[in-house]
Amino acid sequence: MIKSNLLIGITRILTGIGHRMIERIWRLGAGARLFFLTIIYSGESFKRFHLTLREIYFTGVMSLLIVIVSAFFVGMVLALQGYNTLQKYGSSEAIGVLVALSLVRELGPVVTALLFAGRAGTAITAEIGLMKTTEQLSAMEMMAVNPIARVIAPRFWAGVISMPILAALFSMVGILGGYLVAVPLIGVDDGAFWSQMQANVDFRLDIVNGVIKSLVFGVACTMIALFEGYDAPPTAEGVSRATTRTVVISSLTVLALDFVLTSFMIVI
Amino acid sequence: MDRTKIDLWVGVFVALGMAALLGLAMKVGNLTSSKLGETFSVTAAFENVGSLKPNAPVKSAGVVVGRVGSIAFDSKNYLAVVTINIDKRYAFPSDVEANIYTAGLLGEQYLGIEGGGADEPVVNLKNGDKIHKTQDAIVLEKMISTFLFSKASETNGGAQGSTAKATSDAKSTELGDAPF
Repeated sequence: MIKSNLLIGITRILTGIGHRMIERIWRLGAGARLFFLTIIYSGESFKRFHLTLREIYFTGVMSLLIVIVSAFFVGMVLALQGYNTLQKYGSSEAIGVLVALSLVRELGPVVTALLFAGRAGTAITAEIGLMKTTEQLSAMEMMAVNPIARVIAPRFWAGVISMPILAALFSMVGILGGYLVAVPLIGVDDGAFWSQMQANVDFRLDIVNGVIKSLVFGVACTMIALFEGYDAPPTAEGVSRATTRTVVISSLTVLALDFVLTSFMIVI
Repeated sequence: MDRTKIDLWVGVFVALGMAALLGLAMKVGNLTSSKLGETFSVTAAFENVGSLKPNAPVKSAGVVVGRVGSIAFDSKNYLAVVTINIDKRYAFPSDVEANIYTAGLLGEQYLGIEGGGADEPVVNLKNGDKIHKTQDAIVLEKMISTFLFSKASETNGGAQGSTAKATSDAKSTELGDAPF
């Protein structure tokens, strides 16, 4: 009797795991399908570019404040922490290199993507989820307007265009923040700060790779947000859950992708 | 929000992004400093290039005059052949020395071009020329082992010298004692 109970319990756990796995894989497939449909129907978003511009305004321009302010603080903290360690080795002039490389290579693209997922990704998911709940998407289909071409594709391209711009701004503002702490506040030599940076930051290997990273993150974050919204159950609870999932999945995907991309990019 | 206002803000946004990217390229990256003008390339063979890497600076009197182009292995002579791209603005006599130096104690390695005191008329290096006088990178292990060996042979040699002296003294006394 006890044995059969145990067996039933184990079976139930295994079934649950399998069910979840299949669900995940199904969602991955559905997401990939939406991605290809978006690419196919994205002609509309370039022909009627004002649709995309409007979305760039909502995803990019509205994210400017949070990105710039956090970049400033991240740069300042980097300079403070870096100086604290570097001065033990008598190489506090290398602080410019430290700040610039950490921002351009990693923190710029990654933190921007995380902020973007929280600020713009959730908004996209909630908006599309609510459009679905209030049956606006079905109404569009009734009027022979393809909701993917009209709603999804412009948001997708807006995200892809906005992300590298935001990441470049993040890096630049972060470096300025680091400069403000290192040079006027701590008293590192102004010339050494910039010249060491210029000697060690490579345009192709560091800056262009950072932009490539942010482009990939832009595709990933926007697509996840769009899919979660498009796939959300048309209830208040469904939309709220989809919004949460957007942040969680986007953040994890960005961090995992970052590792993969970095391992491709680093020349040993 | 009417359309023109959105266009304006998106324009500002994109312009900011461009400015940031331009700032990164010019002020942070090495896009400006690594650009040499027209260059000519010469080669130099080394027994050991240490950790010299392509694109390392080539300096003369501390001024960057070029960059290391490529480093290849010559399997005929077992030498490393370094191609050096030198800015066309600078001219060097053909008998200069190419040395591999290390910037600071732990810094990167760079190529130094020095010397050159050819008699008149001075023949300048041309594209495709070879620098004959080279000095290898310093390998720390080699330096230490040379030092140790020289130290050891010094003490050994000293001991041998004294015994040799003693025997010769003995010989000389022997000779001195000779009955003629």
